[in-house]
Amino acid sequence: MIELSDFLILGAILFCISLAGIFLNRKNIIIILMSIELMLLAVNMNFVAFSHYLGNVDGQIFVFFILTVAAAEAAIGLAILILLFRTKRTINVDRLDSLKH
Amino acid sequence: MAFEIPNFAPALPEIFVFTMICVVLIVDLFLTDKNRSITYLLSQATLLGAAILSVVIQSSVPEYTFSGTFVNDGMGTVLKLFIYLSTAVVFIYSRDYLIERGLYKGEFFVLALFAVLGMMVMVSANNLLTIYLGLEVLSLAMYAMVALNRDSSIASEAAMKYFVLGSIASGMLLYGMSMLYGATGSLDHTTIASAISEGSGDDIVLKFALVFIVIGLAFKLGAVPFHMWVPDVYHGAPTAITLFISAAPKIAAFAMLMRLLVEGLGGLLEHWQDMLIILAVLSIMIGNVIAIAQSNIKRMLAYSTISHIGFLILGVIAGTSDGYAASMFYVIVYALMSLAAFGMIMLLSRKGFEADTLDDFKGLNQRSPWFAFMMLITLFSMAGVPPTVGFYAKLAVLSAVVDIGLVWLAVLAVIFSVIGAFYYLRVIKYMYFDKAVDNTPINSAYDMKVVMSANGVIILLLGIYPTGLIALCTSVLA
Repeated sequence: MIELSDFLILGAILFCISLAGIFLNRKNIIIILMSIELMLLAVNMNFVAFSHYLGNVDGQIFVFFILTVAAAEAAIGLAILILLFRTKRTINVDRLDSLKH
Repeated sequence: MAFEIPNFAPALPEIFVFTMICVVLIVDLFLTDKNRSITYLLSQATLLGAAILSVVIQSSVPEYTFSGTFVNDGMGTVLKLFIYLSTAVVFIYSRDYLIERGLYKGEFFVLALFAVLGMMVMVSANNLLTIYLGLEVLSLAMYAMVALNRDSSIASEAAMKYFVLGSIASGMLLYGMSMLYGATGSLDHTTIASAISEGSGDDIVLKFALVFIVIGLAFKLGAVPFHMWVPDVYHGAPTAITLFISAAPKIAAFAMLMRLLVEGLGGLLEHWQDMLIILAVLSIMIGNVIAIAQSNIKRMLAYSTISHIGFLILGVIAGTSDGYAASMFYVIVYALMSLAAFGMIMLLSRKGFEADTLDDFKGLNQRSPWFAFMMLITLFSMAGVPPTVGFYAKLAVLSAVVDIGLVWLAVLAVIFSVIGAFYYLRVIKYMYFDKAVDNTPINSAYDMKVVMSANGVIILLLGIYPTGLIALCTSVLA
């Protein structure tokens, strides 16, 4: 039998992987975008697990909304990424430093 | 299963704004650059219509609709009216700026109105889902707005940073919300509040959720140590967009703070109070000190925003209705001051020239004594010098903090706002006692000059008669 805590631990691990992906990654912005998606999926895992164990569908409805918003967010993120590549000719995280003073 | 038709009346302004956004989007397709003013007028009409509707449907007791996910109450009405007002002022100020830079397109208005819609939903949210959706509608519109100038490399860099940090903030907030849902079994603020007061939620899980929610809120507000995006976005975005981001979304962020922490998690007051104290102290300290080192006025005002956010949080820390009213007064006043300050940068800039360094303000008094005086009032108000309204705003939050016995916090805030006065006074010194570097006459549209003057005069008048606005804030939060 899989317990609620197993799902929550999985959610927490996914969340930590995504945070690590954002903060440790010094190379490529696409990896950051992927990490952001993973972060939202970790949250979805939590919501679905709670929703199942509480016997309350609100959490599952929330998941549908998060999935939709994540799609819109990815679209805007990729659009900005293309813009960045057009103006800077690079998507290297280290090169995003022209805005310091 | 019976389907009950919800009461649409409390959400009429939102429905109206959404309909009008679709109209503007379609109408703009058929317009050339020459008649772009039709889009402009339609957008202003949308805001006016929404304001009228909000006043018509206002109610003194909270009205709930859409299964309790949406609420129409006094605080919501007042905050929405100020959101419309500041957006309308942004449209007036930014028109010439955008035309000169080839950015005067329908997208600007549509995105701004979408952001307004998101803010309205946030202000009226009574459910975690509604808050999240409102926040995302606002944020997605703002990411796109920051990148509006597609040829600017600093704007796209700012947009990318804003996007990444904004998404992390949403992720943190959502993680907190999922834990809160797990602990209380509900997404509804009212049910969450009663579950917490009955003590039915697991205390450890609730605190865990609270940490993530406070981090998410701090990111969105731009409080230290989650402020990294503020200076970069303010600096990189076109000034018209900086103007927009700095005013109305702060009002919405305050509403989010109230709805989530006070109405939803009010039972955990003693826990979030400590976290907010850390955020407020760091914001006031770091905002005021780092602002001194800036030579770009947009960056300087960004750090000044961070310190103002610290003051805004101070009122919420008090946890009393006087404190909330003081914070609400502060955020409204801050929106007015920030409109005036960024509006002045746009007034001085012209085609091919952004007046965004401190040196560009040198000798403003010789070029235009009236506008130098308006900027003087604005900067005095930001520094908190009487008789401008900024003084009363600071006084109100500080007295709320002193009332609950946190005298050290008030003293610390005062010391750092005195340090902060230095960089405001430096701009005033540049305007009045230095020689002008360029003597180009200030040319801008008539309506912008009138609204700009009105903005400055209101800051002064509200400082002389602040009681009306304070009474309004107190009455809606009583």
